[in-house]
Amino acid sequence: MKNFLLSLAATTALASPAMAELLNLEKDELTFGFIKLTDMAPLAVAYEQGYFLDEGLFVTLEAQANWKVLLDRVIDGQLAGAHMLAGQPLAATIGYGTEAHIVTPFSMDLNGNGITVSNEVWDMMRPHISSMDDGRPQHPISAEALVPVIEEFNAKGEAFNMGMVFPVSTHNYELRYWLAAGGINPGYYSPENITGQIGADVFLSVTPPPQMPATLEAGTIHGYCVGEPWNQQAVFKGIGVPVITDHQVWRNNPEKVFGLTADFVEENPNTTKALTRALIRAAMWLDENDNANREEAVKILSRPEYVGADYEVIANSMTGTFEFEKGDVREIPDFNVFFRHNATYPYYSDAIWYLTQMRRWGQISEPKTDAWFKEVAQSVYRPDLYLEAAKSLVDEGLADAADFPWESDGYKAPTPAADIIDAIPYDGRTPNAYLESLPIGLKGNQLVVGDKIQG
Amino acid sequence: MSTAEPHFDAQAAREARRERRFTRINAADKWFQLLGLGWITPILKAIAGDNPGAQVSEIWRQLGVPLLAIAGFLGLWAALAPTVQTSLGAIPGPAVVWEEAVNLHKDAQNKADSRAQFQEQVATLNERRVSQGKDPIVRTYTGAPSYYAQIWTSIKTVFFGFLIASIVAMPLGIMAGLSPTANAALNPIVQIFKPVSPLAWLPIVTMVVSAAYVTQDGWFAKSFLTSAITVTLCSLWPTLINTALGVSSIDKDLVNVSKVLKMNTYTKVTKLVLPSALPLIFTGLRLSLGVGWMVLIAAEMLAQNPGLGKFVWDEFQNGSSSSLAKIMVAVLTIGIIGFMLDRVMFALQSLFTFTNNR
Repeated sequence: MKNFLLSLAATTALASPAMAELLNLEKDELTFGFIKLTDMAPLAVAYEQGYFLDEGLFVTLEAQANWKVLLDRVIDGQLAGAHMLAGQPLAATIGYGTEAHIVTPFSMDLNGNGITVSNEVWDMMRPHISSMDDGRPQHPISAEALVPVIEEFNAKGEAFNMGMVFPVSTHNYELRYWLAAGGINPGYYSPENITGQIGADVFLSVTPPPQMPATLEAGTIHGYCVGEPWNQQAVFKGIGVPVITDHQVWRNNPEKVFGLTADFVEENPNTTKALTRALIRAAMWLDENDNANREEAVKILSRPEYVGADYEVIANSMTGTFEFEKGDVREIPDFNVFFRHNATYPYYSDAIWYLTQMRRWGQISEPKTDAWFKEVAQSVYRPDLYLEAAKSLVDEGLADAADFPWESDGYKAPTPAADIIDAIPYDGRTPNAYLESLPIGLKGNQLVVGDKIQG
Repeated sequence: MSTAEPHFDAQAAREARRERRFTRINAADKWFQLLGLGWITPILKAIAGDNPGAQVSEIWRQLGVPLLAIAGFLGLWAALAPTVQTSLGAIPGPAVVWEEAVNLHKDAQNKADSRAQFQEQVATLNERRVSQGKDPIVRTYTGAPSYYAQIWTSIKTVFFGFLIASIVAMPLGIMAGLSPTANAALNPIVQIFKPVSPLAWLPIVTMVVSAAYVTQDGWFAKSFLTSAITVTLCSLWPTLINTALGVSSIDKDLVNVSKVLKMNTYTKVTKLVLPSALPLIFTGLRLSLGVGWMVLIAAEMLAQNPGLGKFVWDEFQNGSSSSLAKIMVAVLTIGIIGFMLDRVMFALQSLFTFTNNR
């Protein structure tokens, strides 16, 4: 009988690759949370293409009000898992903010963010930016062009405020990186003062992504760093100008991850494997045949239950282009990467980069050893789970073995200087040496005491 | 017809029929008033042939003036809305909002299609399960809820919260009304908690619910409980205060009668206190339900309970070109449902009480 079923499974597998052996799921009804950003696409696609159901998973996708609500609901079990900022599982695990052990078997995408300033600030910046032969500004734009603007604001007695989406968000670190690369101090955190504005030239504060354009328009902030479609939205509404994408700050930087509690993963190994399989298939679909499916993906995302912004706004960045000033549309084919360049593999080196930035700006207040960085990364990022799911897909003929880094030890090759805006290379194996190489930021044994750096 | 006598008879019969018709109209009038359709009565009366002049002025007052006011409002809205520019385009006028309401209805129908597709996928899945020697499974639809489903969730939530509030508030109110001591004890607490906004309760309720409701029996979603309990906390007070007032203002003669008859407390409450306090209790319940409905929308926005509040919040976050119009549809829906809830309570009040004291 068993043989008969196996042969049946084998023959049907030939007929249709989706007819693989179903896993014995510990749990098949799951609710996943997401924030209305285009990089939640793998979740929407896995649902709409039926990849979740192919695994026998009954998934409900639910938009969340903000990152804090999303994280809390994952921790207390209302959500089985969620689209998360890469910094969230790391911060939760080391106890910065709400403490809980969160792990990630799947990295959701690379790049996908931008930094936008208001029209007023752009007009003030523009004279300090060199032009190309056709009169358009020369990219990438350094934050040095922002220095005279901040001086002008300060001379008027006004603070220069910018928005980011969460204290441990990619956007916070990218915005800080860009500012610091231009010689601007974005401010430090200390255990007593968690505003992140100690010694700041630019004052950063939290605004949920979808409210960014409205807050910019209200004049509360003069610029922001956020994921799509909220930079393109500013261009469409004519209220701001994106100055740089994170792809230009750091080529192919890691972005969102899919986060689950460690307890969930331990209690539901087969469910975890099944959902990772579905997400890998969705990511493959998104990047298939040179982004051939992107338009269909944009159609799905523009539905009100997913991202819900207008089709044109989402399409602007999802289909390989990005609009800076109105009419200045440039080709950035890798603006959103969902599968290429091993985008979905959860690299330890990516986790360590976020940890170094937490240390750099004082969210990790004490000095840590290289071994500590490695240990935290390994407890949160789980390439073992990822590869197990990938292997089963390859075995069933649903994925190509060449697309996965089977032999990787979890570290990307060091990022060369040419891929980063301030030409400071990054090697995840030596986080403390990397911190030493950054001109602005805490390093070595330095501590923030009061509003001074000591040591 | 040709002879006088049958003619006379017929006239008398017609007269009698007319009388009966008016009696029926007057009887029906009570129900029309209840449903807010009072303007039907003069129309029926006019048709039945009762003093057309008087009826016309009545129709004008009850139907013409409100209709004219609504038309005026729509006109102002249509004229002024396009002049307010936001980053999502101009504020939508009535026509755009109507279009969006139609779109939402169509969406709800499309949801039925995707539900069918879901069933199909589940059927395929079950075929595979059976072929692999597993039992087929049945699961509820996992897609996004339609607009109507969201309205339904909101209504369920508000009634659940309101029910708990009533169960708690009425006995407390009766206690406070009967005993000045109990009243003195409850009064300061009521006065302090009555003005608290739902937004202040919500974080506390959220934490308590997630800590206390840990079973995975799937009876209630936590977000549902959070919003419902927030509704409870805010809609307790009108019922409590009005019940206490109704009970304490009971006729002294009745109280004396109860003393003469040596009634025990239970009989006194059920036979005397409740019937005479009922009108005020219902006034309290009506106010409570109104407060509850208002609070619910705010609570749903923050607790992410999949009802109308979440719909508004999600559309605000979507920031698409149709978002504002959809939010307007929701605003109107919320208003209309609030009105209907009030009518339902009013109807119940009329059924249960005998006085005109409303």
